[in-house]
Amino acid sequence: MTHVLAAKLAAAGPVIPNFGGGGAHSCVRRNGFFCWDWFRSHWSDTFQPALLDHIKLTAIAIGIGFAISFAAALLAYRFVRFETPFSIFSGILYTIPSAALFQLLVPITGLTTTTVEIALISYTLLILFRNTVVGLRGVSDEVREAARGMGFTRAQTLLRVELPLAAPAILAGVQIAAVTVISLATIGAFIVDEGLGGPIFRAITTDFNTEFVAAAVLTTLLAVVVYALIAGAQRVLTPWARREMAR
Amino acid sequence: MLVGPSGGGKTTALKMINRLIDFEGGDISIDGQSVRSLDVTQLRRGIGYVIQQIGLFPHMTIEANIGTVPRLLGWERDRIRRRALELIELVGLDPDRDGRRYPAQLSGGQRQRVGLARALAADPPVMLMDEPFGALDPITRERLQDEFLALQAQIRKTVVFVTHDIDEAITMGDRIAVLREGGVLAQYDTPDRILSEPADEFVAQFVGADRGLKRLTLRRLRDIEPIDPPAARPGDNAQAARARVQRAGFETLVIVDDDGRPTGLLPIDRLATERVPEDGSEPLGAVGTPGMLLRDALSLMLSQTGSHLVVVDKNGRLAGLVSADLISEELVAK
Repeated sequence: MTHVLAAKLAAAGPVIPNFGGGGAHSCVRRNGFFCWDWFRSHWSDTFQPALLDHIKLTAIAIGIGFAISFAAALLAYRFVRFETPFSIFSGILYTIPSAALFQLLVPITGLTTTTVEIALISYTLLILFRNTVVGLRGVSDEVREAARGMGFTRAQTLLRVELPLAAPAILAGVQIAAVTVISLATIGAFIVDEGLGGPIFRAITTDFNTEFVAAAVLTTLLAVVVYALIAGAQRVLTPWARREMAR
Repeated sequence: MLVGPSGGGKTTALKMINRLIDFEGGDISIDGQSVRSLDVTQLRRGIGYVIQQIGLFPHMTIEANIGTVPRLLGWERDRIRRRALELIELVGLDPDRDGRRYPAQLSGGQRQRVGLARALAADPPVMLMDEPFGALDPITRERLQDEFLALQAQIRKTVVFVTHDIDEAITMGDRIAVLREGGVLAQYDTPDRILSEPADEFVAQFVGADRGLKRLTLRRLRDIEPIDPPAARPGDNAQAARARVQRAGFETLVIVDDDGRPTGLLPIDRLATERVPEDGSEPLGAVGTPGMLLRDALSLMLSQTGSHLVVVDKNGRLAGLVSADLISEELVAK
């Protein structure tokens, strides 16, 4: 792993920090904790693209991870024998240390975004799969029987009754998976300089506080905002599940 | 009415009707058509289904819950909405307030009302009800039973009703099938005959030693011919009134006002005056109405000193007197 990083750093130019890129501010020269001016002047060339890349990395990982887990969960819900194999498979993926997983994938998919995405996706599977299955299984028998007795077909029961009722659990899974991926994606910078992990790694090697703090705070903020957005979506989409609904 | 102890196959029999459980031999037909000849989802959409656990959809409003089957049948939105609101009102809830609520916001009794409304939504000719009132507290259960009977008198559905409660079966049913363990039909008869002539020891034991008393819940005061009591208005000739009381073999005179409403009972020994007096009569005590169950009438008689119950019609006018003897004669006669 270190050789990858070293090569990248060498390619990036001199290790002696060139923080300012001309007109270096005194805060940067002192290597202050956070230099607002520097951050502002590098927002559009460094942080904004990195943030957008980060969002893209996360969105793709969650999107594909969700598609796989959802399909697997429906299969496991319908045919119980599929549940254990997929649980074990996604559980093993989940427990592999992320750095090790990257290393394992590089020989196959190279130093590419694909490698990063495969790793990120593999961390979403267990959470999304488990939450979807648990959500579907949580639908009470009497509700299912009422649906059947009223003449819902199996597909109608799934689409109109079981999935809507499982939605809070599924969305909670998406919430956790998204936050996990946002944080894990920073490590993806080991492989490709994409997302907020790039500035973090550069700042670690150059010891430049502002870049480190900016990228770390942006990552955290992104996680918090995404968490809140999904929570908000859940409130809007499943008004019946609100706590104040209980009498 | 399918009634019997657990393990008698009541629910199984019910679920065979809408094919939630399949059967091998025999047949079930609705209106001459075998349930097996129909598409299973079409069959179920045409049969109202109410279960003890209600099974409302927690993620749908009350209105949406009630509109379930109409939506499956592809009714227009407006029609579904109108029907849902109409039914919310029919089962005694408030269409404006309760229609938009979710099941979790209702009490158990209200939820079962919604369950009933949902089953009625597409106006199915046949309703299956599996212990619909079983999970409710006794007071709510009795109220819902009464309301359902009143409703049934209007809507006239064919209802197949499962219960383990013989009293419920007797109150609600026209015909009762008593099932015993193993799904054996012990007796299929009218409530009255189940009570008066149980087919065997099992049925007799199941309906209980108080089955004679239970028959009292099958009849109402209007079913028996009351005694025409001696009555007089204050100011009437006391001599004539006394003669009438004695002729009827009574010891009291019923005092009525100008409109014929009974106001009190006058013991004959206080009729020594020339005219029937204005006051001095005993209070009437409890009064029966034609719709009252004989059980309740008898209970009223037992809780007061008199051996008779004054019955008034719906305008409050004296309709007659009923005695405990009359009630027991009624049970023997039929």
